[in-house]
Amino acid sequence: MMASHSQQRSLFDAQLLRRAAVDALIKLDPRRMMRNPVMFVVEIGSVLTSTLLIVDALHHRVSFSFNLQITIWLWFTVLFANFAEAMAEGRGKAQADALRQAKSETTAYRLINGVVQEIASSQLRVDDLVRVTAGQLIPGDGEVIEGVASVDESAITGESAPVIREAGGDRSAVTGGTRVLSDMIIVRITSNPGETFLDRMIALVEGAERQKTPNEIALNILLAGLTIIFLLAVVTLQPFAIYSGAPQTVFVLIALLVCLIPTTIGGLLSAIGIAGMDRLVQHNVLATSGRAVEAAGDINTLLLDKTGTITIGNRQAAEFVPAPGIAADHLADASQLSSLSDETPEGRSIVVLAKEQFHLRGRELGSLHAEFIPFSATTRMSGIEVEGRSIRKGAVDAITNYLQQHGSNMPAGVLESVQQIARSGGTPLVVAENFQALGVIHLKDVVKGGMRERFDQLRAMGIRTVMITGDNPLTAAAIAREAGVDDFLAEATPKDKMDLIRREQADGKLVAMTGDGTNDAPALAQADVGVAMNSGTQAAKEAGNMVDLDSNPTKLIEIVAIGKQLLMTRGALTTFSISNDVAKYFAILPAMFAGVFPVLNALNVMHLHNAQSAILSAVIFNALIIVGLIPLALRGVGYRPMSADALLRRNLLVYGLGGLIIPFVGIKIIDLIITALHLA
Amino acid sequence: MSLNGWLQIALFITLVLLLARPMGSYITQVFERRRTLLDPILVPCERVLYRITSIDAAHEMRWTEYAGSMLVFSAATLLLTYVVERLQHLLPLNPQHLPAVEPALALNTAISFTTNTNWQAYTPESTMSYLTQMLGLATHNFWSAAVGMALAMALVRGIARRESKTLGNFWVDLTRGTFWILLPMSAVVALALVSQGVIQNFKPYDSVKLLQARQLTGSDGKLTTITTQTIPQGPVASQEAIKMLGTNGGGFFNANSAHPFENPTPLSNLLQMLCIFLLPAGLVVSLGQMVGSPRHGWAVLAAMLIFWFAGTLVCYWAEVQPNPLLHGVDQHVSLLQSGGNMEGKEVRFGIVNSALFAIVTTDASCGAVNSMHDSFMPIGGMVPMINILLGEVVFGGVGAGLYGMLVFVVIAVFIAGLMVGRTPEYLGKKIEAYDVQMCMLYVLIFPLLILSLSAISVLMPHLGLSSLTNHGPHGLSEILYAYTSATGNNGSAFAGLNANTPWYNYSLAVAMFFGRFMMIVPMLALAGSLAGKKIVPASAGTFPVTTPLFTVLLAGVILIVGALTFFPVLSLGPVLEHLLLRTGHTF
Repeated sequence: MMASHSQQRSLFDAQLLRRAAVDALIKLDPRRMMRNPVMFVVEIGSVLTSTLLIVDALHHRVSFSFNLQITIWLWFTVLFANFAEAMAEGRGKAQADALRQAKSETTAYRLINGVVQEIASSQLRVDDLVRVTAGQLIPGDGEVIEGVASVDESAITGESAPVIREAGGDRSAVTGGTRVLSDMIIVRITSNPGETFLDRMIALVEGAERQKTPNEIALNILLAGLTIIFLLAVVTLQPFAIYSGAPQTVFVLIALLVCLIPTTIGGLLSAIGIAGMDRLVQHNVLATSGRAVEAAGDINTLLLDKTGTITIGNRQAAEFVPAPGIAADHLADASQLSSLSDETPEGRSIVVLAKEQFHLRGRELGSLHAEFIPFSATTRMSGIEVEGRSIRKGAVDAITNYLQQHGSNMPAGVLESVQQIARSGGTPLVVAENFQALGVIHLKDVVKGGMRERFDQLRAMGIRTVMITGDNPLTAAAIAREAGVDDFLAEATPKDKMDLIRREQADGKLVAMTGDGTNDAPALAQADVGVAMNSGTQAAKEAGNMVDLDSNPTKLIEIVAIGKQLLMTRGALTTFSISNDVAKYFAILPAMFAGVFPVLNALNVMHLHNAQSAILSAVIFNALIIVGLIPLALRGVGYRPMSADALLRRNLLVYGLGGLIIPFVGIKIIDLIITALHLA
Repeated sequence: MSLNGWLQIALFITLVLLLARPMGSYITQVFERRRTLLDPILVPCERVLYRITSIDAAHEMRWTEYAGSMLVFSAATLLLTYVVERLQHLLPLNPQHLPAVEPALALNTAISFTTNTNWQAYTPESTMSYLTQMLGLATHNFWSAAVGMALAMALVRGIARRESKTLGNFWVDLTRGTFWILLPMSAVVALALVSQGVIQNFKPYDSVKLLQARQLTGSDGKLTTITTQTIPQGPVASQEAIKMLGTNGGGFFNANSAHPFENPTPLSNLLQMLCIFLLPAGLVVSLGQMVGSPRHGWAVLAAMLIFWFAGTLVCYWAEVQPNPLLHGVDQHVSLLQSGGNMEGKEVRFGIVNSALFAIVTTDASCGAVNSMHDSFMPIGGMVPMINILLGEVVFGGVGAGLYGMLVFVVIAVFIAGLMVGRTPEYLGKKIEAYDVQMCMLYVLIFPLLILSLSAISVLMPHLGLSSLTNHGPHGLSEILYAYTSATGNNGSAFAGLNANTPWYNYSLAVAMFFGRFMMIVPMLALAGSLAGKKIVPASAGTFPVTTPLFTVLLAGVILIVGALTFFPVLSLGPVLEHLLLRTGHTF
């Protein structure tokens, strides 16, 4: 489903690259750079070496070529980091542009006291009523208060199949910029221009409203702290070098500093954050803040609605259980007859089951001169009057009442079957003909394929799943067992849901849930991650901190994975960045001091060609690794659900140990190239 | 290296590990105010003390009040020691009629003992009266260790408590640590040391006639004939016990634990080393018990053991090597001679027990020495320095080692915790921006003091370099070691550096003072912040802090942070010296 999505784009799209390259230069503005302490230090270093370089050029000092190359590569280090950020933002901007096209100015037909008035959509205010007819664009976010229409929401969701929007209930919210395909609706506008869903979405994907998330702030503090420590180490190295009779040039000291401070993670940090948000958008989920994405990674408990999430929306007939003394095909025949004009999915499934098990063909109702008795809230039964047969089907208590009214009783055998079916998690539907119970239809909840495996994965990640259902505890327990969830909340009222969330949170757990109805809103607001379905009510969308445009409740699982991936990518690159320093020391320190103390060449374990090539190689490696890791930063590190211990072991091995070894190899290769090109 | 040597090392560490659990359980009992065997005697004493000082033992303190109380207590006791030193010529128990201590030295020493450093820029037997040693210095050996334990307990409570504003009561922790742990243990250890020949008296110094008169040329060129030798006396055993147990390290005599009156036999030497590690190891076990995860305590202890073992291995190896400059001389280890590099070592301890002592005393922030680290081979001498540079978290000082280690644990959990895809949690506590900030402040102070003060010293020929007796990389090591030892509150000296000058007395005092208190304040702020947090229940997705993987990770973070910070200066100091020595250069 995701792969087919139109918003997926190649990582290196030529147009994106061009735009990012320009943005990288604009981002050199020190006021912007100051937000990133690590890269700001590099920029100051680059300015310093550039100034010295000009002074040097005027005085024709030695090693001009070397100093020039160092300076150039220092600037590249800054630019590459800016480029990474610009790339991440660029992907968002491309999406924003696509969205803007949907936002083009439209004409709205405002209703004032029943009179239609034509105005520009930008003049609409909250609580205005507008009429939208087939073929027109909905002029702003709102709620359908009258009528029902099919709406093409592909501009927002990328999904081409139209959706139904109708007044009342949980499918009343419409989004500005989407197109009504049929019928006519009256919409009450719920947001002012500039504050619409589309506006928020554009701002979000462009990163305009991006604020640092809590973990990002904490990580920035760590990186700033490390930067200060390395600054200290390098600044004090000069006095020690002078004492030892081997003073260093500013170029070399700045080169050492830039190699030591965590530029790899510092340069990619904001790109990782933006890309995380972007990945969410690619999954058609909008988060109101980066904080929510991070919280998704921290989720301890997942509340999932049974219907639509764990089970496919509707129950299906699974079995005919005849009453004692009744033939099974008789029951099936009566069941099928009574369901012929029942257009509910349950009804259709009964017709199909009868056909499959007893080869009973569906008959044309019209040719039978039958009278169909539809389901009503008072009788709680439906049925048919045909050829002298009076067939009824319904819940056991309704049919029992019906039989008693006509002077007969429910046979004990049927009651037994009813209980058996209920115990197994099914829904029993009793069928009676001419005031005599024929038997029971077993309606079953069908658990979606692959759910058990997903819950197992979640369990491995340390996440507990709780199924929320309105069913009785018996039924709920049976489905919970079949689906493999950890726990269930049966006969759940909105208040029960709220209490459960509060209880979990009091234990320090983070809770995620999905919801679409207005009565879900308080719980969505209370949950740490509340994903509202786009098809849901405006209230639900306002209350949650994410909106799923596909209205797919199962997506919560992907959202959790994206949150985790975001944090993991930061951690992995931090570890990688710090581990890199070991090799850089072995490249630069002997180069700095072996001139005066040749014995220190013992530390030149990479056998780099000479002092200048060694320092240059380290600086170039440091700059290039940022570019090399841009795809990883944008894509996120690979993530498969597994326990924290296993994840840690794998990531430490790859990014810790890898980070230790790779620069040794990389610096050596660069040194060979530099030497071959006679650059140093 | 010999089997015999390794057996001695194995004996030592086995005893430490065997004693760690009972010690830890006892510490837990004391600080959780549970019943102990000593209650019948000590509880009345405790009550009387609280009544006199009007301390409300039930009062719980927030981190700010806890830090404030600790600072007030430290300042008051610091002042007391300073006054005693300055007035010792007027006070009793001064049989040698020693004059008042110079202001710079008095301040340096007062700070040194208050901060559990016990850096000694003086020769005790010719500077400090018996009263000063007992009232001014030995008291601090108890107090500074008790303060350290109290602080560690405050941090452990911060980790263990859930949504709490407070960390305990400083005065109660101080009192219980002193009464229940330090005093009784010191009494036992002092008696054991006396049994080995450590002296305990108030006699004036002995004067003995030399069997053979010696002639010395003074600095003025005059020849003096020496016929008598003065042998200092004093209440040594009582001070020696707490010097080790409290990881203080300030010797009663200048020669410290190399002096036969302080550390006469190999058995007393083993006892002293055990005493150094006993409380720090016990505290780590206690950490596990108090946070409800004993395995976490052992995992942390295992990380410490890795460093201890690596240090011992390298130092022992470096010291048994024959000195390359003495080729032609038989330096092999044999039954008849210690072999290896015996310069600056006592024959009764030999290579193994000198190297092991050097590692133990610098792993923990003790600083007592039984051999001269200055005379070690460059690599052998670098290991004690690295031990301190890593932040003295390998067992570390009483209390200080544990809270320093826990700061590293939080950093390690933060970096690697992200890699499991969750907001990093330490034992259910989320590590957030404020916590990282406090940890980084803690980590930052250390190199700031060491590197900047050393850098200033090497740039000033008259103030800094004139105190050096060696030049070149060895001189750099001497200066670096001094500031490292002071900032790390270790107190051991590399020697070779005359630190009793105004510049070194004051600058080292600054290093010791800020190296202790500027690190404690952010640490307590961290404790306060952690205490207020909820505890997220552990699950399969939680960062595990009980596994060997965690141990390796913790060790890796400590090593990388320490090594990356100090590798440049070490490469110009001991590493360069080692490489030059192989080509025949000495300094």
